[in-house]
Amino acid sequence: MELDLAFIWAGLIAFAVLAYVILDGFDLGLGILFPFMRTSGQRDVAMNTVAPVWDGNETWLVPGGGGLFAVFPLAYAVIMPALYAPIIAMLLGLIFRGVAFEFRWKSKHRQWVWDWSFALGSLTAAFAQGITLGALVQGIEVANRGYAGGWWDWLTPFSIVTGFAVVIGYALLGATWLIYKTEGGLQQQAYGWAWTTAFGTVVMIGIVSLWTPFLDEVFMQRWFAFPAIIYSAPVPLLVAASAYSLYSGLKHRHELQPFLSALALFVLCFVGLGIGFYPYIVPHSITIWDAAAPDSSLMFLLYGASVLIPLILAYTAYSYWVFRGKVREGDGYH
Amino acid sequence: MDMPLAIDLARIQFAFTVSFHIIFPAFTIGLASYLAVLEGLWLITGRQVYIDTFRYWIKIFAVTFAMGVVSGIVMSYQFGTNWSVFSDKTGPILGPLMGYEVLSAFFLEAGFLGVMLFGMDRVGKGLHFLATLLVAFGTFFSAFWILSVNSWMQTPAGYAINEVGQFVPANWFEIVFNPSFPYRLVHMVLAAYLTTAFVVGAVGAWHILRDSRNDSAHLMFSMAMWMAVIVAPIQVIAGDMHGLNTLEHQPAKIAAMEGHFETQKGAPLILFGMPNMETERTDYAIEIPGLGSYILTHHWDGEVKGLKAWPKDERPYAPAIFWSFRVMVGIGLAMVALGAWSLVARFRGRLYDPGLLHRAAIVMGPMGFVAVIAGWITTEMGRQPYTVYGLLKTIDSASPIDVPAVTISLLAFIVVYFVVFGAGVYYLFRLMGKPPEAGEPGMPEHQPTRSAGITPTPPLRYPGEARQSGE
Ligand code: HDD
Ligand code: HEM
Ligand code: HEM
Repeated sequence: MELDLAFIWAGLIAFAVLAYVILDGFDLGLGILFPFMRTSGQRDVAMNTVAPVWDGNETWLVPGGGGLFAVFPLAYAVIMPALYAPIIAMLLGLIFRGVAFEFRWKSKHRQWVWDWSFALGSLTAAFAQGITLGALVQGIEVANRGYAGGWWDWLTPFSIVTGFAVVIGYALLGATWLIYKTEGGLQQQAYGWAWTTAFGTVVMIGIVSLWTPFLDEVFMQRWFAFPAIIYSAPVPLLVAASAYSLYSGLKHRHELQPFLSALALFVLCFVGLGIGFYPYIVPHSITIWDAAAPDSSLMFLLYGASVLIPLILAYTAYSYWVFRGKVREGDGYH
Repeated sequence: MDMPLAIDLARIQFAFTVSFHIIFPAFTIGLASYLAVLEGLWLITGRQVYIDTFRYWIKIFAVTFAMGVVSGIVMSYQFGTNWSVFSDKTGPILGPLMGYEVLSAFFLEAGFLGVMLFGMDRVGKGLHFLATLLVAFGTFFSAFWILSVNSWMQTPAGYAINEVGQFVPANWFEIVFNPSFPYRLVHMVLAAYLTTAFVVGAVGAWHILRDSRNDSAHLMFSMAMWMAVIVAPIQVIAGDMHGLNTLEHQPAKIAAMEGHFETQKGAPLILFGMPNMETERTDYAIEIPGLGSYILTHHWDGEVKGLKAWPKDERPYAPAIFWSFRVMVGIGLAMVALGAWSLVARFRGRLYDPGLLHRAAIVMGPMGFVAVIAGWITTEMGRQPYTVYGLLKTIDSASPIDVPAVTISLLAFIVVYFVVFGAGVYYLFRLMGKPPEAGEPGMPEHQPTRSAGITPTPPLRYPGEARQSGE
């Protein structure tokens, strides 16, 4: 059997996006929670928990965008203009928060400026990502290998809801991450945030899941028609299980369980979306095979990717392991 | 609709964001190598001043790198947001090349930058040096791929065109090593080295003027001036060869750079003048007869094509190209001159006596950046009206984005870049304003200033060091 390179690459890109959402999700979440922290000492600690890894986390965004250009150029060419405004907003937000890691320590008097830059940058980026997701799910108008809609099409009630959903979800990831990585007062507060955002996240997942099938006939069939329902049915069940595990983790004050459960929720939502999308990359007009670059391009890059991606993953895992343990006020790292 | 306006705005936006981006890599490519040299010298000689100078510059490197990363992420989305038709058509060829850029830069960051910035006490000297070398190599590798991309757009090769009008790969070797790539790579990497050398030299000069006995400042100034002596002349030669390559593949660009409208034998070298696209002549020209032909064809009466050889709508906009080219060349020659001057001072044994030479070096400090941007303006505007030279026009490359959308995004980029990178540059100036000291501290230990890179090697706390929260 011949290798289906487009399929392999769809998997790799999906993986990169998922890695991005999971990894950058919790550090964007910290930014969203930043204004609620009481002292600058707490903010230092929160920042310290992600400082060594945030850049690696964020770089997964580049394979998401640049990778699309390389292997699904048509999809890249259609999606980027369609989502022009939210993408630019996201990039600008990421600039503000990215430099804050560095600049915050450079000026004592204006630290508050970079604290806000971090918080608002994170919030903007998260909201813009949510809108991007919603706009993609609701569909993009395509004609002649190009985007055919207007420049406000991305803005709909649905995309605003997904925007909020992502903000709340990231805040949940951030809060549960803080529970895991900190102690004392900040951890106590983080439990509080986690309860609120956990509730919010579950409600949002419910709203978005019920709304999506009504956007498009194909989604409807994937979720409610036989036999597709055999594949899709476990997802809601697992979501319920994760939500329960989140609840019990918070209730019994386990430190790691809430974070893992929150991650599981994200993975499941992603899988759910994947079921709704496949085999389209722009729902429901361009399939992965329509969009794929010729095999020789896919193969050329696959050589490099198959060596480098495992190395990057191994190294990332190693560095998280090195930084395991709690971060305390007043110190960098152990 | 008013498409041309939207395209012009998109072009300005692209030029603006990429010009900002190039400033940071131009500096980090050079600085990474400089740091590797310093560390190597330290390992060999064991002299304190090398590691002091290393520690001084690595703090500056960290801040610059962070800005390079965030401005680079913007670039990787700009192709799609503003040049979607271009992306669809060239994606099968340029995408994988950029993919390699991304993978290698990414790998470098994930793997070695963190060790380089924070790992000295953890991994030992040998491994740390290896990390520094790999970071230097990684920045070069990034430049390799992105310049291959750009060069392919200037001199496309190794492609075929498929049934939907996409460029598809026919021969990867020819694509990567397209005709203008070797020249562009050499010229750009040398440019990065020179740019860095002049910044380092200016900082050295500044501190020599304030304290003429500062060892570290002596070292910086001396090393930078050696670079000016050796590399600046090489750059002039490399530039000349680059120009000859361009003459072969993009003669219209050369005509614009030279300000030639008429095709002539024994063409003059126009030193200064005002090319006028309407009247099709270069006004107020100060020229040296025959020299133009000699430089370009190596014959005094060689024939050189003028812009009139192309239809009006295929001529690049000469005034901008003519002048940006002169700015770059002027700076190149000034760099050579400063190198020569420093050589005289060195042989007289007066290299470190505060004086005019040091003031001149300070003025030249930022000039590398100006030359880099001027060079790119020459290159990119000279390629107009094409994005893929001779094959795909700029006007057919753009995204279907309306004027208001691009206007807003352009304004947002301008405001945000000036605010954010303005602050960053201010912090850089503050770092460079501090005199380098004997026993220079490295990256601050108690601050999580991990701007970039995953860092598996936390710095050890020195015994007895007080715990303090970030200042
Ligand atoms: C420190 C920076 C620097 C300096 C001193 C010079 N250049 Fe340069 N030049 C560049 C930095 C640069 C650049 C930014 O790296 C460019 C833009 C694109 C490229 O490949 O290199 C460039 C482009 C560029 C081009 C355009 C090639 C093309 O687009 O096809 C030519 C003909 C020259 N250069 C020639 C010269 C000459 C004759 C110089 C000496 C007097 C010179 N450059 C000094
Ligand atoms: C349109 C063109 C360009 C794009 C799309 C682009 C893209 C990027 C991206 C996405 C990054 C960040 C990667 C990361 O997370 O580490 C980056 C950084 C970098 N880029 Fe660019 N880039 C462009 C032009 C250039 C040019 C012309 C050069 C040099 C000749 C260059 C050299 C570098 C280097 C060395 C880095 C490493 C970070 C740094 O030193 O600042 N790039 N670029
Ligand atoms: C980093 C240094 C660079 C600078 C300062 C620079 C500068 C510019 C400028 C001034 C323009 C506008 C030209 C015009 O429209 O008349 C432009 C356009 C463009 N450049 Fe570059 N460029 C750089 C590198 C690159 C690289 C590395 C690539 C490709 C990977 C690239 C691709 C493009 C594209 C696609 C356009 C838009 C189409 C066009 O107007 O020509 N540039 N750039």
